[in-house]
Amino acid sequence: MSNSAKAAAVLALHRFGMGPRPGSVAALGSDPRGALIAELDRPLALTAAASLPPSAKAYRIVADANARRAARAKQAQQQAKKQQMAAATAMSEDQTQGQAQDKDKDVAEMAAKQAAEAVPDPGRPIYLQEAKLRTEAALVAEIGFAERLVWFWSNHFCISANKIQSMSGAYEREAVRPNVLGRFVDLLLAVEGHPAMLFYLDNLGSMGANSIAGINRSRGLNENIAREIMELHTLGVRTGYTQDDVISFANVMTGWTLVPPGDNPEHGGEFIFNPRLHEPGGQTVLGKLYEQEDVEQGRAVLRDLAANPATATHVATKLARHFVADEPPPVLVEQMAKTFRDTEGDLKQVAIAMVSSDEAWRGPPSKLKRPSEWGVGMVRATGITTVDPERFTGGQALLGEALWRPSAPKGYPDDEASWIDGVGRRLDIANNFAERIAGMADPQAIIADVFASEIAPEVKQAVGRAESRQQALALLFMSADFQRR
Amino acid sequence: MGIANHLPTRRELLVGSGALFAWSQMPRIARAEGRDPRLLVVILRGALDGLGAVAPVGDPDWISLRGDRALLLDGKPQALPLDSFFALNPAMPNLHRLYKIGKAAIVHATATPYRERSHFDGQDVLESGFTKPGATASGWLNRALLAMESGGRVDPHGSRALGIGSVTPLVVRGAAPVMTWVPQKLLPASEDTQNRLLDLYQHTDPKLATVLQARMKLASLGGARGSGDPMPDDPTLMPPGAARVRAFFAEAAGTAARYLAKPDGPRVGAMGFVGWDTHIAEGAASGQLYNLLGALDGAFAAIETNMSEVWHETVVAVVTEFGRTARINGTEGTDHGTGTVAFLIGGGLTGGCVIADWPGLKPAQLFEDRDLKPTTDLRAVLKGLLRDHLRVDEKVLAEAVFPGSADVKPMGGLVG
Repeated sequence: MSNSAKAAAVLALHRFGMGPRPGSVAALGSDPRGALIAELDRPLALTAAASLPPSAKAYRIVADANARRAARAKQAQQQAKKQQMAAATAMSEDQTQGQAQDKDKDVAEMAAKQAAEAVPDPGRPIYLQEAKLRTEAALVAEIGFAERLVWFWSNHFCISANKIQSMSGAYEREAVRPNVLGRFVDLLLAVEGHPAMLFYLDNLGSMGANSIAGINRSRGLNENIAREIMELHTLGVRTGYTQDDVISFANVMTGWTLVPPGDNPEHGGEFIFNPRLHEPGGQTVLGKLYEQEDVEQGRAVLRDLAANPATATHVATKLARHFVADEPPPVLVEQMAKTFRDTEGDLKQVAIAMVSSDEAWRGPPSKLKRPSEWGVGMVRATGITTVDPERFTGGQALLGEALWRPSAPKGYPDDEASWIDGVGRRLDIANNFAERIAGMADPQAIIADVFASEIAPEVKQAVGRAESRQQALALLFMSADFQRR
Repeated sequence: MGIANHLPTRRELLVGSGALFAWSQMPRIARAEGRDPRLLVVILRGALDGLGAVAPVGDPDWISLRGDRALLLDGKPQALPLDSFFALNPAMPNLHRLYKIGKAAIVHATATPYRERSHFDGQDVLESGFTKPGATASGWLNRALLAMESGGRVDPHGSRALGIGSVTPLVVRGAAPVMTWVPQKLLPASEDTQNRLLDLYQHTDPKLATVLQARMKLASLGGARGSGDPMPDDPTLMPPGAARVRAFFAEAAGTAARYLAKPDGPRVGAMGFVGWDTHIAEGAASGQLYNLLGALDGAFAAIETNMSEVWHETVVAVVTEFGRTARINGTEGTDHGTGTVAFLIGGGLTGGCVIADWPGLKPAQLFEDRDLKPTTDLRAVLKGLLRDHLRVDEKVLAEAVFPGSADVKPMGGLVG
């Protein structure tokens, strides 16, 4: 391989993949574009996922544990109270009754708390297994272009494990992963109809004012999902929709909910359209009247939002910003948006259009990797293919990008200004990781074999002069060659 | 030794989405007057329900608006009376105490110029100080610093600003350099490794060099640790309980105050708290909002305690991107709205009042028949603080700090 071919391969791995790993530069050969496109034809399914519960099952497992916990707490509280009543007669006289009652209450509450805590929370282990699976998929991928697309869309259509931990991993596997190389409309229908999203964006109890449930229970509408679908998922903010559109669309989405887990041990946690919650009658969204009476009303609006030209521009801009540059070349964005429009939102074709454009390759590696990309890149470079999910997700969280836990529906930001001040923090992680692997990883070998020596001479020099292998590795992982793409 | 031994705490998770920023110089004019003012800006991300925090109990339409979710003086728990018209959420006894001694003020029915309802655009306007979102990549606090003349302690090589957190918020971004601090839970790399990395960056990536340099400088400042209760580590990363949120707010705000209080420390800071987007089961009198406001009240106490002798030179401004719907929504919460409250506390404040040109709560008096109508431009409040507390020039405020705000006069009489 020529040096320029090697350099192109390294750039391809950083910019569009998960970073170089042993053998990957050679595997890309002299046609990195072709290799990227070829990777999109390989299956993306996670075979190891067979052992993990689907989202509804995970939700039921956690709901059942919560119910058990509440029951145990109640039981313990009642027992404590009984004992106190029995002991009340033996109470010493210098204790006023009020104090004794307060103390009794504390004891009962403590007993309840302890009983509840004795029931383990199954949500956390499920989250960690899911995290391990998705992280290791990124570690073993030859290039990782398709995995990057999964990460991108998962963040675009983010939910938060702080709100719905049980389903957080299964959501990505079920709604995002199967659709990232399909049509945008199918991805959109899958995520917006997924119970995790409906839970996250507060749609479960949203009901039309004139729906059966709305009339009987005098509760009503929640606008959250309607607004975020238009603002964040499809059209983009300030693209012409109004408050009335948000309300109408929120009415359209009433009834999109899940089967309550307590009522149904077989289907609890699955998506259901509940007509009792649904606002009857037609709704006008963005000037178009939707007269369907059921779940098809929402699907029709979502299909139209997917086909809206504003969505093409919004999606193309975000993709180009994520992969290429904080300020992506307008020509590139337009090429991708046009592909989106011309192919009715074929996301594989949009991805191919991106890597086929010279504009996507022209700029210097100026993009600062997000903490998760950097962390995976660091592990990949060592050839390690398994992770301790507790440790890995802990590191991500320390760097401000906790897995599936963004602080808002907008997801994690994708620009340098948001992340650069945290780079110093990465040194702690790099130093820690270097310390752990210094016995098995040779920094010189990583430079020669993994990077095909395509790394800044200053970095080679610093690594060569380092006082220890640990220091050399830390400097290598912290170098701009590792931080930027 | 592995990362598993140093699991992140809730504190660090939350800190990842907020930040603190401070300036290590003191304003020249203020110093000439023998003052050494401190300003801390706290951003409540997610849109605080101003009516759930400070209730207009004297408004005849209040009860009909919020029904059994209206805070009341004879409610359960009882709201804390502020004046003949307003009452404070019972979760905030500490703020109430400060208010009573004139060290807290509340601005009601206030908003930025933003009139749409996107969190992200709303925060952009709040933090950028511009009238439209997406107009600039810098924040008003950063530009205010740039505009001020320095009175000393200038280190031309180092950063003038400090930030806590891994994601820097817009309000502090800009040409005045920022350095960040995240609670240290991992063993840091050796000084030697840091120096070597700095040397490498200086030869390959100046931007990364600047960041690392700022971090090293901050480490050398050191000693911001105080006597506050250490928070127990939380290896489960579970959603926070109310107690944990309380502890985090107090810890983060207390840390900010310790830095600001140091004689050679920074003078201006900003930080963010998330979690105010109460679409479902808002719980103003008991529940989500009550707990959050309680945590914020605890943060105020931590600031007062840690500011210690310089409390009398301190002003804290607590602001949010917009308010929430005046009425309760269909899921016992509130949706995105417009007018809301801002809290001002500090020993340097002339408080003890609710500042409001009350718009009323009748349907026709609400903004678009749904939100509390904003009658006080939040920029007037912020400009008043910057002018009278930090002595930022009024013309600079109108042109560079809050561009296009010439007709929004700084609110006087807040400090002094």
